[in-house]
Amino acid sequence: MSENKSIISPVPGIFYRKPSPDKEVFVNEGDSVKAGDVIGLIEVMKNFYEIKAEADGIVERFCVENEDIVDAGQEVAVMK
Amino acid sequence: MSYFDKILIANRGEIARRIIRTCKDIGIRTVAVYSEADVDAPFVEEADEAVCIGPAQAKKSYLDIERVIQVAKETEVQAIHPGYGFLSENPVFVRRCEEEGIVFIGPDARIIELMGSKIEARRQMQSAGVPVVPGFDGKLASVEEALSIAEKLGYPLMLKASAGGGGIGMQLVHTPDELKKAFDSTMQRAASYFGDGTLFLEKWISNPRHIEVQVACDAQGNAVHLFERECSVQRRNQKVIEESPSPYLDERARAELLETALRGVKQIGYVTVGTMEFIFDDKKNFYFLEMNTRLQVEHPVTEEITGLDLVEWQIRLAAGEPLPLQQENIRRNGHAIECRLYAEDPQTFFPSPGTLTRLHIPETDVRLDFAVVEGSVVTPFYDPMIGKIITHGQDRADAIRKMEKVLEACKVEGVKTNTSLLQKVMRDEEFRKGQYTTRFLDKLLV
Repeated sequence: MSENKSIISPVPGIFYRKPSPDKEVFVNEGDSVKAGDVIGLIEVMKNFYEIKAEADGIVERFCVENEDIVDAGQEVAVMK
Repeated sequence: MSYFDKILIANRGEIARRIIRTCKDIGIRTVAVYSEADVDAPFVEEADEAVCIGPAQAKKSYLDIERVIQVAKETEVQAIHPGYGFLSENPVFVRRCEEEGIVFIGPDARIIELMGSKIEARRQMQSAGVPVVPGFDGKLASVEEALSIAEKLGYPLMLKASAGGGGIGMQLVHTPDELKKAFDSTMQRAASYFGDGTLFLEKWISNPRHIEVQVACDAQGNAVHLFERECSVQRRNQKVIEESPSPYLDERARAELLETALRGVKQIGYVTVGTMEFIFDDKKNFYFLEMNTRLQVEHPVTEEITGLDLVEWQIRLAAGEPLPLQQENIRRNGHAIECRLYAEDPQTFFPSPGTLTRLHIPETDVRLDFAVVEGSVVTPFYDPMIGKIITHGQDRADAIRKMEKVLEACKVEGVKTNTSLLQKVMRDEEFRKGQYTTRFLDKLLV
């Protein structure tokens, strides 16, 4: 049994699951990712901050929808 | 006397406050529209009426054309001032205003579309005898075509999106290989950002200066300039400090630039207030870059040296009034400098949203156009610029001296700001001599 681990956004802003509106999502729920893989973006004052997986694992679920508002310190996804 | 009884301001922050200020002066009532994130912002409080138009995301509020139009109708305004950014250069929005019989305070949709296409703008300027950057005005149909045209023009070249502007949607290429690599991605980016993937090529100008001309035109066919603004202190194509007059131009070069800008706006039949942007190479040749069909962020430097109110001019011209002054009655006096205060880390440039626990800036000998007051929240959703500091002096040295004094006494807490960078520029030898190009800030940061 592996433990669940939260991915937190350190910055407030708008969360995006895609690199641009006409592109595919970075990852789907259930996908395997490597440490350092980008799983989403936070737009903060017209700048983009990359949200990355901290370790290898599976993205179990996202806690926020594409284009939702997030606060600094908010959980955006859960890894397994 | 007023030209409209009531107008809606389709913007936020410092520019919404700026527009409200003029409206109060000339007796026009104002309607602010705001997002949920701006509920406590000063501009909401200062407008006569305020209507929340949606959530924080600009797409769902400030960029929601139908919602803005609906509020304009419900509040029975006669005109909409778009400020800068957001819907200010959106021809779809302008057409919707026209359809609803609401005056858009700016040029008509046709002009915005014309100048929004960089290829079309280049062609228009060339027919007016306005020099444009050497390049190819056609649409580049394929990478093969781009390569053969590039061979004739000679590298390095700037690959640009026709629908782009403001420094967005362009890529510098030095070799055929780089052009090959950049072509598809630049086209794709242009298509997704601007809804139009049309690309063209321009010669790359190394070490350029960016100097723009403020113009104003009436529906009766008259056009005047309000002198130039030097905007070469930039980072990643975003302006940080502007001044007028430009320390780079002598009287002859200035006269030629101003006259050329007027020829350009007359060619397209421009009406209201606008800005012609030019770049200068190191041999003092200048070329048309683009036209901004709206009020500029840096308009206060022009107001300071001319003593005129550009927002009032916009409103009068949009109401169909003739130009308030003829060219010979527009004079400039002294020198003005504007510093943009950004909520960002001065080293990494990463934005710094937060609550302004302290905001103290001296108020004598300075003009402050600010979005915020002490206690305001700087939200993460919009531009990091929180205000503009403008000083006016009898000459350039005097304006710099006043700016240094203000920056030194400026106390901002709760968010990081670029104050230390602005101070560094004011002290810099090259800046003080007025010998700087658009590469100045990058060099200063090394």
